[in-house]
Amino acid sequence: MEVEFETEGVKKKFLFVNRKAPYGTIYALEILEMVLISAAFEQHAVIAFIDDGVFQIQKGHNPKAIGMKHFAPTFGVIEMEKEDADEDEDIDMVWRIVVEKESLEARGLTADDLAIDVDVLSSADLSALMNEQDVVLSA
Amino acid sequence: MKFGILVNEGPFTHQASDTAYQFTKAALAAGHEVPRVFFYFDGVNNANKLSEPQSDDRNLVKMWGALAAEHGVDLVVCVAAALRRGIKDEILAEGFRISGLGQLIEQSMGTDRSLVFGD
Repeated sequence: MEVEFETEGVKKKFLFVNRKAPYGTIYALEILEMVLISAAFEQHAVIAFIDDGVFQIQKGHNPKAIGMKHFAPTFGVIEMEKEDADEDEDIDMVWRIVVEKESLEARGLTADDLAIDVDVLSSADLSALMNEQDVVLSA
Repeated sequence: MKFGILVNEGPFTHQASDTAYQFTKAALAAGHEVPRVFFYFDGVNNANKLSEPQSDDRNLVKMWGALAAEHGVDLVVCVAAALRRGIKDEILAEGFRISGLGQLIEQSMGTDRSLVFGD
């Protein structure tokens, strides 16, 4: 049975938690589609990369040899959505792209290894940020 | 309270769909509302009516359908994730419908709590 929701004027804080490596499973690719769709609803969003999820935004992906789809450039689209939200005063939408510091360190990475501009947050700060969200979607 | 449910895994390989089902059933029994359950990732396989588990095992596809019929729950399968996995109208089980990811965002906007069941 199809139901309808009252969403007029609703503005929530969404958090998308990317936890999985970019290849090996489909989680990274499909959660990215989820993030992109959410932009159409002008909701606030935090896109967080933790655990092996930090590899999703590492520079220099080339999955040709394993025959997988090269979807890393799509992260640039998320970065552009964030910039649009920051710059366009008519859009009431705040987007943040964050990565957990401890996850980077555990994998020998720094922010310089990443393909997009992100805020590096400590585990404790990320935890506090998670606490502020209305909707947490993860994969 | 109004709950929005997201199921990220298919039946059998993971227990996520079972747990989501049990949660939904318990929430409804306790007087809460679950207007919609959204199926994404391999979760779309919960809508495959060709699923035929052995007779001494649970049949999640039918269980979801029955729960939806009894309580008017909207079972929505993401179209992009479904097409990738060959889930089309021809094999869509009773009670499910195929729609876009926007329905997940809407459900999250229109409910009090969003719960994700997955790996």
